[in-house]
Amino acid sequence: MAPGTLLARITDYASRPDPYPLYARARAAGPVLRQDDGSFLVGGYHEIAALLHDPRMSADERARTTPTPYEGSRDASFLRLDDPEHHRLRTLAMRPFGPPHSPHRVDAMRGEIARITEELLAGLPADRPVDIVDDFAYPLPVIVICRLLGVPREDEPRFRAWSDALVATADIRPGEDTTEVERAGDRAGAELRQYLLDLAERRRGRPADDMLSAFVNEPDPSLRLTSQELAVTAALLLIAGHETTVNLITNGVLTLLRGPEHLRRLSREPGLLPVAVEELLRYEPPVHLRERVPLVDIEVAGTTLPAGTSVMLALASGNRDSRRFPDPDRFDPGRADNEHLGFGSGIHLCYGAPLARIEAQTALGALLPRLRTARLVEDPPPYRQNAMLRGPRHLRVRL
Amino acid sequence: MAGEARDGRIVVVGASLAGLRAAETLRDEGFTGSLTVVGDEPHPPYDRPPLSKQVLLDEAPADSTGLPVRRDPDAEWRLGVAATGLDPLARRVLLADGESLPYDRLLIATGTRARPWPDPAGAALDGVFTLRTREDATGLAARLAAGPGRVLVVGAGFTGSEIASACRKRGLQVTVAERGPDPLVGALGGTLSRLAALMHREHGVDLRCGVTVTALLGDGAGRFTGADLSDGTRVEADVCVVALGAVRNVEWLAESGLAAGPRGIACDAGCRAFTRYGIVTDDIFVAGDVSRFPHPLFGYQMLSLEHWGNAVAQAEVAAHNMVSPGPLRRPHLSLPVFWSTQFGLNIKSVGVPTYSDHIVIAQGSLEAGRLAMVYGYRGRVTAAVTVDMAKSVDYYRHLIETAAPFPPPPGAADRALTADIPLPSDVPDPKGLSHEPVVALTGHLPDRALMVVQPPG
Repeated sequence: MAPGTLLARITDYASRPDPYPLYARARAAGPVLRQDDGSFLVGGYHEIAALLHDPRMSADERARTTPTPYEGSRDASFLRLDDPEHHRLRTLAMRPFGPPHSPHRVDAMRGEIARITEELLAGLPADRPVDIVDDFAYPLPVIVICRLLGVPREDEPRFRAWSDALVATADIRPGEDTTEVERAGDRAGAELRQYLLDLAERRRGRPADDMLSAFVNEPDPSLRLTSQELAVTAALLLIAGHETTVNLITNGVLTLLRGPEHLRRLSREPGLLPVAVEELLRYEPPVHLRERVPLVDIEVAGTTLPAGTSVMLALASGNRDSRRFPDPDRFDPGRADNEHLGFGSGIHLCYGAPLARIEAQTALGALLPRLRTARLVEDPPPYRQNAMLRGPRHLRVRL
Repeated sequence: MAGEARDGRIVVVGASLAGLRAAETLRDEGFTGSLTVVGDEPHPPYDRPPLSKQVLLDEAPADSTGLPVRRDPDAEWRLGVAATGLDPLARRVLLADGESLPYDRLLIATGTRARPWPDPAGAALDGVFTLRTREDATGLAARLAAGPGRVLVVGAGFTGSEIASACRKRGLQVTVAERGPDPLVGALGGTLSRLAALMHREHGVDLRCGVTVTALLGDGAGRFTGADLSDGTRVEADVCVVALGAVRNVEWLAESGLAAGPRGIACDAGCRAFTRYGIVTDDIFVAGDVSRFPHPLFGYQMLSLEHWGNAVAQAEVAAHNMVSPGPLRRPHLSLPVFWSTQFGLNIKSVGVPTYSDHIVIAQGSLEAGRLAMVYGYRGRVTAAVTVDMAKSVDYYRHLIETAAPFPPPPGAADRALTADIPLPSDVPDPKGLSHEPVVALTGHLPDRALMVVQPPG
């Protein structure tokens, strides 16, 4: 197979259930591969890690000089901005979320996350197979991120539609005309941002214990987000806060059901759960691909990445690189040396990682006793369209 | 050989970070013989970085910094007893309690201690502290909690600066006296030290540079009351912290014949100690702050490092080599890395900043208080220091490891305007500092005169 078509093959929906053999080919032929459309695919752990730490690599899609099918004018969140602007926005967004200003915010939600988990489990249908996605793995992070941000849960159907449209724009489909997808994404983005701004505005002067309140009621003017920044940041947190964790939990259930010996081991050693979640982030990460753009020509492993080209970093492939992890295709819930790329690395290291860890640990821990006698209704399950944020669309299980 | 190396008697002298990690690694690597760890402090191994940070801020008690044990090293712990001598011929370590421990292989990890105030009368005043041990930190934290009118810190290296930062965070008045031109200048050079000085002053530190403390003053009851400075001024204070760097714990080796001196014990890249004749031993190994070893990235000069990360990495290499046959031994080549937190800033250093002739600010700026500074020596990158930009360190580490050209290539989105204009690195002679730098290039010079010892008779 021509290595120049690997990215197209990986993003092809037919590869969704198991892209790992394609990643293995990318590493064997690479680790840095020019694709037929002029972009590059990087599949090796060390090369990906080096590029994620390289200040000459931009996360800003506006740095791309190669033609793109659609030239939108979206306001970028800090996810797709470079320093120093990225640093400023991320730091301000971190104030009500994590250390040093809010070191206990996420940890203090453990009890609430456990309670939400129990409620969802109690409400699981008894008359049909459970859909791990719709009945459990999706609602859990949605409820949690709504609570954290201060979004009323009853509005969930509205932002689910917006979220779906936005996430579609974050996908890549080489060779396809995505103009309509991009336009729909722009409309959804604008509506979602206005919705969040209105919500935040209602908290001004009447703060509740949530992040939107903290954003609009920040007393120090130099630490305040502008309305536009607030809207863009809140939209990012709302979407990234659940679109990924749902895959982490679902992939976890799938992996455990495929390996009953792991289920037995985790039941015996529940203390292993945090380590097992890290292994899950390596073995079946929710985020498979991230795009970066070199600001200057950069040489990696003997290949020059020209300035302005699209470079696709296959994080999920790096996680299976045998030059970094012994026996990488084996799921080992006790793996000790596990510096995976599941949350990325470098300055864009996942902002929500502490929350995702607690959610996954709590969700899988609470499910464990029920999974021991469960079985999959279909394997592989139907997958979501998205190749970058990969996960099952449904996971039907008989408990 | 492999089987033989995994048996026998190993003694580790030094029960701190390097000693503990070495003991654990020895067992990890299959050592099944008897293992004894000797430490002069009464405590099991504990971590020191929090002592000048969290402990002084009352965020953690000093007795809470015990090091996590990764695996039980199944060792006999001889704590609270110092090693007083070494008989390499009889292969015995002599202890303060009169006992002696036989060994087949020995690891020396005795580290450093705080350099005391040179005048014993001044050092003995109530209110005068050094900061190295758990007891030091407990005593100083209690004294700071009592709300002294002013604290005098002597020496503006990393420890002195962290203490000053902790004092300001507690709302205490603090004066820092430094013999060099600016804080941290010995470790980071002139440009960053000016930022450090600004940080001190912006946080309300009474910073006095280019002065020395000529005398510590006490009242009739032996309580510290202040100090006289070389510029003729007097500082009135209730607490004094002497932060003049570290002294290597090598005195017990004076008669051992090893190349042990004020700069540490010389060893090869495999952590094997040299004798004073420059002959490598094969049964005595060295790790941690007390060692000095050749590093290929810095011209094979002998490096002595007081870094947490070096203690861990070197201990692991030493332990591996102690139980491995020659061809399987590994060199200790890890790049020096250390960090400090002070005045709300995170400072991280990789490489050897003092091994430099020029610098550029590659990202960020002094004005923003957030930057990456790259150090070069004769056209190649030898070090980098980041301020509130720790995630960029890996990139610069790679440049150092590959001897990338200096100044480094352009392209970062947050590249400083000055990134292409190399400035002199402005690293002063350590003799002009109040304190010892934590990274020292100690050259090829032996620490003591070479003299052939004639065997008796």
